[in-house]
Amino acid sequence: MTVKSENSGVDARTRPVPGGWVLVRLMGPALTIVAVLFGGGLTLGLLQSLGHLPAAGAGVLTVKHFVAILGDPDFLHSLLLTLYIAATSTVVAAGISVVMALILIGLAPRNRVVHFIFQIPLTVPHLVIAAAVAFMLSPTGLCSRVVLKLGLISSSADFPLLINDRWGIGIMLAYVWKEIPFITLMILAVLRHTGMELLEVGQTLKAGRWQRLRYIILPTIFPSLAAASLIVFAYTFGAFEVPFLLGQTYPMMLPVWAYKNYSDVDLLARPEGIATGMLIALVVAIAIVLAQGLSQAARRRGIVL
Amino acid sequence: MIGLARKIVAGGVVAAVILPFIPLIMWSFSNRWFYPDLWPRPWGTRAWEYVLGIAGSQITAALGRSLWVAAVTAVMAVVVGTPAGRALGLYDFKGKDLVSVLLTLPVIVPPLCVAMGLHLWFIKLGLAETFGGVVLVHLTFCLPYTVFVMWGVFSNYNLDFEDQARSLGASTLQVMYRVMLPLTFSGIVVAGLFAFLLSWSQYLSTLIIGGGKITTLPILLFALMGSGDRPVAASVSIVFVVPAFLALLLSARHLGRRSITGVR
Repeated sequence: MTVKSENSGVDARTRPVPGGWVLVRLMGPALTIVAVLFGGGLTLGLLQSLGHLPAAGAGVLTVKHFVAILGDPDFLHSLLLTLYIAATSTVVAAGISVVMALILIGLAPRNRVVHFIFQIPLTVPHLVIAAAVAFMLSPTGLCSRVVLKLGLISSSADFPLLINDRWGIGIMLAYVWKEIPFITLMILAVLRHTGMELLEVGQTLKAGRWQRLRYIILPTIFPSLAAASLIVFAYTFGAFEVPFLLGQTYPMMLPVWAYKNYSDVDLLARPEGIATGMLIALVVAIAIVLAQGLSQAARRRGIVL
Repeated sequence: MIGLARKIVAGGVVAAVILPFIPLIMWSFSNRWFYPDLWPRPWGTRAWEYVLGIAGSQITAALGRSLWVAAVTAVMAVVVGTPAGRALGLYDFKGKDLVSVLLTLPVIVPPLCVAMGLHLWFIKLGLAETFGGVVLVHLTFCLPYTVFVMWGVFSNYNLDFEDQARSLGASTLQVMYRVMLPLTFSGIVVAGLFAFLLSWSQYLSTLIIGGGKITTLPILLFALMGSGDRPVAASVSIVFVVPAFLALLLSARHLGRRSITGVR
């Protein structure tokens, strides 16, 4: 016996919406916290980067800190390095993740252990994987020792510089290790949910292997792949720990540069640190807008379903 | 043929996940390990004796503080995030897209930007260098995750059960504890796990708001990494990984096939 009521309905689209007051009571606390702490934090950051110092008397806003940063040749170097590392890590991790997801979809239901192990990197803090990469790849690290024992190099000086290096190899390795499971699991969730049925339909319709990939799998996973990649890009663009431990001293990645200025003994450098933080947020915001624009344009041209 | 290929892939995945832990474990059990020796000579527990002995109280204090910050953050995020997830999962209403964007932003914008902005304000409010301040800044990023998890849970939730309980005379509170809580419990555990893991691995926001006074485990580990004592840094890294791993293991039952998709 089911009790009919006006509340019952299949899903959110058909269910009658309760009064505004109920919604406010349910969502009010969460939205208030996010608006006050996140919105407030960004707003106050912006004000401070515009030279607003409450202690020194308010009022005059200036863009001189932004001008100083943008005019600094180091900033351009840092920005380019950061873009290069974030973009490369994201593209490499996304590419491997698509392959991993396709392999795991056939493997995972039968092999829960592999599936569980695959989740382990998600629980490992970035700080720990950075330390592990340093122990592995530093000139006196484990890899260097193995290569020397194999007789390929004759001293630690011959080992290629893979951490604190020009090309950010160590940083990217740490990020790729950490982000592949993140992206793969996001793709797998979608593939499991809708992809399998579609694939069966494709098989009945005699779609070839390549056709199934091109017309079924890629369009199905594209939205979540794009979203996951965007999150990874934003994270690698704005995270501090890994580049601080594995990056070179010049040029630094932007987050390290921002924090260096922010924590400078010279308090006048602080607004510049915050301004750099705001520029990081700006680049991330531009990336979101661009990604959305691109995927919409692609959808209009029928490139992706 | 395909079976063999799959086995190789499975082996490769396991190896790739385990590989970074090998140098950590080896270094943590080395007394001395000069270049270019392949093995520590001698193996030993000097680092572990230091970490669990002389520095034991310091490490335990940091471990406890980290656990406490992450647990309080997770509980607050779940308590505040569950009702919001319920509203978003059950109903379509005007402005839902806007709410979704507002909640997505803290997931994407780096914590660094927000923590720097909040710092001065927190100093004024007396929240800087306090436990509460650190929890609040962590909550800024953890809360949206719990809302998103609970949003997903409530979009598959059947309200009829609550209506039936109510028609049988259950009070609002009884409906909450006897119907809603058991039905969504797995989701709540997962949401809490997300928030816990996210808070657990925070470094820079803790450093900025905590000002070095709230020494969580990552703060301590960072200081050790700088000191150059590899065996000690390696063993503290392991101490840092284990609780997060245990949290995953303990909630594996609730994760089911969903897995921890989306955690950062």
